[in-house]
Amino acid sequence: MDILKIDEKAEVGRIADKLIDLLRNKLHRRGLVVGISGGVDSAVSTALCVEALGAKRVFGILMPEHDSSSESVSYGQLVVDKFGLDHTMENIGPTLEAIGCYRWRDEAIRKLFPEYGDDWKCKIAIAGQRKGTINHFNLVVQSPTGEISEKRMGLKEYLQVVAATNYKQRIRKTVEYFHADRLNYAVVGTPNRVEYDQGFFVKNGDGSADVKPIAHLYKTQVYALARYLGLPEEICNSTPSTDTYSMPQGQDEFYYTLPYDKMDVALWNYNHGVSAAKLAATLAIDEEHANFIYKDIEAKRSATQYHHMNPLLIEDVKIGS
Amino acid sequence: MNIEDKVKEYILENYLFTDDMSALGNDDSFIEKGIIDSTGILEVIFFLEETFSLAVEDDEMVPENFDSVNNIAAFVNKKTAA
Repeated sequence: MDILKIDEKAEVGRIADKLIDLLRNKLHRRGLVVGISGGVDSAVSTALCVEALGAKRVFGILMPEHDSSSESVSYGQLVVDKFGLDHTMENIGPTLEAIGCYRWRDEAIRKLFPEYGDDWKCKIAIAGQRKGTINHFNLVVQSPTGEISEKRMGLKEYLQVVAATNYKQRIRKTVEYFHADRLNYAVVGTPNRVEYDQGFFVKNGDGSADVKPIAHLYKTQVYALARYLGLPEEICNSTPSTDTYSMPQGQDEFYYTLPYDKMDVALWNYNHGVSAAKLAATLAIDEEHANFIYKDIEAKRSATQYHHMNPLLIEDVKIGS
Repeated sequence: MNIEDKVKEYILENYLFTDDMSALGNDDSFIEKGIIDSTGILEVIFFLEETFSLAVEDDEMVPENFDSVNNIAAFVNKKTAA
């Protein structure tokens, strides 16, 4: 879509300059740490850090766990290899086991599916979105023989499964800050604009960072930069996934109401005050659906304010600026 | 205690941290007034299912059923009469 077209060369230059400016004048750290997930957002963020500072001042961390797809490591390795990055691979599975991530999650799942065992797979799917009903969540499980079952989750089970899986993003961020402190580097957060705007991140998990170089870019633009920066084909052509649950889970299945390219267009139109009727014509959907999309954008913005909030104080306290 | 008061007491206790019954009108919209968010609505539904021994069906999960004390009472009355 033309509305999302950017001048890639100029944008890469602008972001690289700003990263240097922020490191020099605000962060006072001498390099950047990036958690590399194998997805396009962290790959582009890494490439931008390399553009800004050169590969030797960027440290990459691959952090698979028991439920990661095999691509998360192999694609992550492609990124590291492309730039010859200094990096480490930290399998966080044993840490997550020790802290109870899988145990708490599976305990909640077994309230719905008592037969759920270690060799089963699961994911959460959002339900109700399109029919104008309140968003709620279904648990989908797959038995070792491939049989798939789905049930609506009670609130307690839903909150417990999400709380348990949030350990993954929070442990990853803990590892990133360890390396950042060790090297005197700053930590990069890799949300794109839709994720940042719609609060699709874990507070104090992937939401935590010192600098977020692509938070102003729509996902379509991130893909355009991926191609411009010559990132591996596999990454440029990948479909966004959460890579948090053991069953494949698209982001649009869990959080958004549309596939990413249409979600970009919807959010751009919303941000530019374009009417729902025009959005409907652009996306070839009916106006009622377009109205619902706008309402959902507003609802998510409002519901996730908490994710963006810094700790609140009883009164202002003077600190260094 | 009637349904309205039971629901109101739950909302006041859990979201407004008060027992002052005048802090919430029976027609006040929970969402418009910023009293509860989307997770809060799911909590209210869970409370209703437990307290009034009813099961909220998927197609009944519309905001209109749960967005005020009076709307909830009407919904509960309809469900328990059926």
